[in-house]
Amino acid sequence: MWPDERVVRFVNENFIPARVHVKEDPEAFKKYGEKYNAHWTPTVLELDPNGEEFYRAEGFLPVEDFLAQLMLGRAHMDFKKGKWDEADKRFREICEKLPNADAAPEALYWAGVSRYKAKNDSSALKETARAFKTRYADSSWAKKASIWS
Amino acid sequence: MAINFRHDVDNVLVEAKKQNKPVLLDFSAAPM
Repeated sequence: MWPDERVVRFVNENFIPARVHVKEDPEAFKKYGEKYNAHWTPTVLELDPNGEEFYRAEGFLPVEDFLAQLMLGRAHMDFKKGKWDEADKRFREICEKLPNADAAPEALYWAGVSRYKAKNDSSALKETARAFKTRYADSSWAKKASIWS
Repeated sequence: MAINFRHDVDNVLVEAKKQNKPVLLDFSAAPM
């Protein structure tokens, strides 16, 4: 998954990348594994600039699902910081570029929430509920959004 | 094109704060 060009570009643009390797540096693996409660590989954490974890992906994923998880985590970071427009854009980018990824229904849900927060307009939620009738209708996120219709 | 993973995690955390940039921390067992 790491050699994929899209993953490389996304990581280099959005993060300072660091790695602890269980065999190459077991002491570091133990130290940071305990600090961040990461005891299995692969585990990928997204930390904010203060070193606080805000997202994690555990276990192997095919490239598109992995990239979508990374993008979802980055979007959630903007969301948690109240950057609604940026979060909306990032969540929608997942749906547009990786529509078949497992994370796409969640991204659509949070895109709707972000737009609602940005504009304080409930029509954003209604539009999202409508969108779920034609996309990802069987997902748990469609059920969560159904209350908005 | 590759990701240049750093291994000096403490320094990365200091730098992240200075640059106000998030960190991606990979716990890996993949062949190097």
